[in-house]
Amino acid sequence: MDLKEIIAHLLKENFPGVNVELIEYKNELTLRVEKQHIVKVCKFLKENADLQFTLCEDITAIDWAKRKNRFTVVYHIFSLKSKNRLAVKVDVDESDCSIDSVASVWKTANWHERETYDMYGIKFSNHPDLRRMYMPEEFEYYPLRKDFPVMGIPGSLPLPKK
Amino acid sequence: MGLEAKLTDDGFFTTKLDAIIEWSRKYSVWPMPMGISCCAIEMMAAGDPKYDIARFGSEVMRFTPRQCDLMIVAGTVTYKMSHVVRKIYDQMPDPKWVIAMGACTSSGGMYRSYNVVQGIDQFLPVDIYLAGCPPRPDNLLNALIQIQDKIGKTRAKDFQDIKLPELTVLQSN
Amino acid sequence: MERLTKDDVHPKILEALLDADTDITVDDALENEMILNMGPQHPATHGVLRLLLRLDGETVVACVPELGYLHRGYEKMAENMSYYEFIPHTDRLDYLSPMANNVAWVLAVEKLAGIEAPPRAQYIRMMVSELARIASHLVAIGALAMDVGALTVFLWTLREREKILDIWDILCGARFTNSYTRIGGVANDIQPEALAKVKWFINQYEENLDECERLLNTNRIFVERLDGVGVISAKDAIDYGLTGPSLRGSGVELDLRRATPYLFYNEMDFKVVTYPEGDSLSRYFVRADETRESIKIIRQVLDKMPQGDTLLNQPKKVLPKKTEIYSRMEELIHDFMIVNFGINPPAGDVYSAVENPKGELGFYFVSQGEGRPWKCKIRSPSFVNLQALPHLVKGQMVSDVVAIIGSIDPVMGEADK
Repeated sequence: MDLKEIIAHLLKENFPGVNVELIEYKNELTLRVEKQHIVKVCKFLKENADLQFTLCEDITAIDWAKRKNRFTVVYHIFSLKSKNRLAVKVDVDESDCSIDSVASVWKTANWHERETYDMYGIKFSNHPDLRRMYMPEEFEYYPLRKDFPVMGIPGSLPLPKK
Repeated sequence: MGLEAKLTDDGFFTTKLDAIIEWSRKYSVWPMPMGISCCAIEMMAAGDPKYDIARFGSEVMRFTPRQCDLMIVAGTVTYKMSHVVRKIYDQMPDPKWVIAMGACTSSGGMYRSYNVVQGIDQFLPVDIYLAGCPPRPDNLLNALIQIQDKIGKTRAKDFQDIKLPELTVLQSN
Repeated sequence: MERLTKDDVHPKILEALLDADTDITVDDALENEMILNMGPQHPATHGVLRLLLRLDGETVVACVPELGYLHRGYEKMAENMSYYEFIPHTDRLDYLSPMANNVAWVLAVEKLAGIEAPPRAQYIRMMVSELARIASHLVAIGALAMDVGALTVFLWTLREREKILDIWDILCGARFTNSYTRIGGVANDIQPEALAKVKWFINQYEENLDECERLLNTNRIFVERLDGVGVISAKDAIDYGLTGPSLRGSGVELDLRRATPYLFYNEMDFKVVTYPEGDSLSRYFVRADETRESIKIIRQVLDKMPQGDTLLNQPKKVLPKKTEIYSRMEELIHDFMIVNFGINPPAGDVYSAVENPKGELGFYFVSQGEGRPWKCKIRSPSFVNLQALPHLVKGQMVSDVVAIIGSIDPVMGEADK
């Protein structure tokens, strides 16, 4: 049984009411979950003895600009046991631009989520310390959104006096 | 042998004050290594045995601005960092010089983006713009020599307009 | 000394630094407790890292790292340039090992575009990324020694590093920012002089490393300043997402060259170096031993390297050689198309990660079938490794903080992106 079937089977068994979708593209497995289930699914993926996705490699988001669900939050997790990688994708709409934090599952999620908040403005609920990661705290825009110009907005970042 | 040979006769020689100050200042430039990114590594390489910045009397890299007279801004300056760079520049005693090392500091270089200052001359007076991304250590040494030339041309009267901050005299009891 | 004022520290950072029940402020230090600002201009923070430390006497109670002083907006720029145009930018991510970053980028793009470089190019890539690993670890070891007060080692390791930079000079014409790899291969075949220099380098390297190690391993001050300092357990290290020498220093045997082999690493015989203690000293040992393993890999690469092309012949995806562009019509057209419109990989998303000197460097692309990536995420090892810093320095002395930063070996270029 390959990883795709194992995960599909285990999730179906443990979360009967949750819609999950597994896609394989270029030998990479992607799991699509609904927003409200993200924390418990992640917790399960980490703690299940057969899966053990203990290493969270990366959390980021994609801005689709014009789609209905504007953002997709992507989690890349790695299993030290089976040396497999899994991408977990969650759609987030702009009208309710928030998602539950997984910092309680993996400690490393803390900074990744702060970075995603800084760059896309997606709020992570129950995050222990949600501040901007790179940009100054006073900065009011989210640079990686598609409506933000590459050269920035003139005057939004002050320079010292000459 | 040079200086000593002259001194054996009378034990003194005459020169202009400007000349002796510029001469001593020129060969003991103390750089403030404002190492920010990639250029900082090449600046470190200029100090290693192969390039050896000590040959030009500038091996004394001081990390406190109060002991330096040459600031080498090495690396991309972002808007967040610009305030720090300016603050450190303000803490350096006069007279002071600035080398903008590399393309990023000179003009923003390859970083046409929202967070990079497009040239540090927007908030700092720059003496030498150094080309390269990053410049080779030899090129940094060349810039140092040019700074030395520039120091050699300064005269005491150039500094007469500069206002010194007022000294507060501490009264005893 | 200038005192830290409220303008220097943002209230939100203070909030993260202090507990609810502490009442110390920035302005007045109490008897023992105080707030110390370290960086962003500090000789031991390896760049522009800023730390705010809450001290009780000399003991660190809490630490809040503040990043973003070198945030150059790479991910935004990548969305606005073609896959080829971004190769020079990868040099400046982890600027201590530009070659390894070049290799990581082209491997990710090749995965997205579904092409593979010829074997000789892959062997050359393997050789240059191992040399880059040695160069990066040498700086890490030297800088760590310098942070705890041994300046000589720094000059010695930098001398060794200069030899590698000389090889780059012959190989691609640049000693520092190389941009040597191309999508579908490498810029040019390796010259006989460069090959001879590599052979000379690997033959004399181990002796010189022994010399450096003799200065350190028998140096009581060096050992005692690192032994048992900044300990992180294997479980915590995984939880914090550490990778590279920082993770292997805690006894976790994870090396992407072995776990998810790329290039021809599955054919190579090398040991994944681990040390179980998890302190700063073991992280240093991992680095020093890893360079020896890299030498072993380079020896095997030199033995096994096949003859053949170094650039894939696939005109729609791979830039033709410059000499051909000037003399042949077809190549000129392809060059024009690739430079202006890009290589247009199929729509989809891939995540590709390699084992860089600092840890796992990953690129995540989302392509919409255009010449530019719709999204490019850089998973930089230094960023993630730095996150464990508050955990590592907690309860240590303030003078140990520099040693711990040195043992993690962050590069702010990629941590801030």
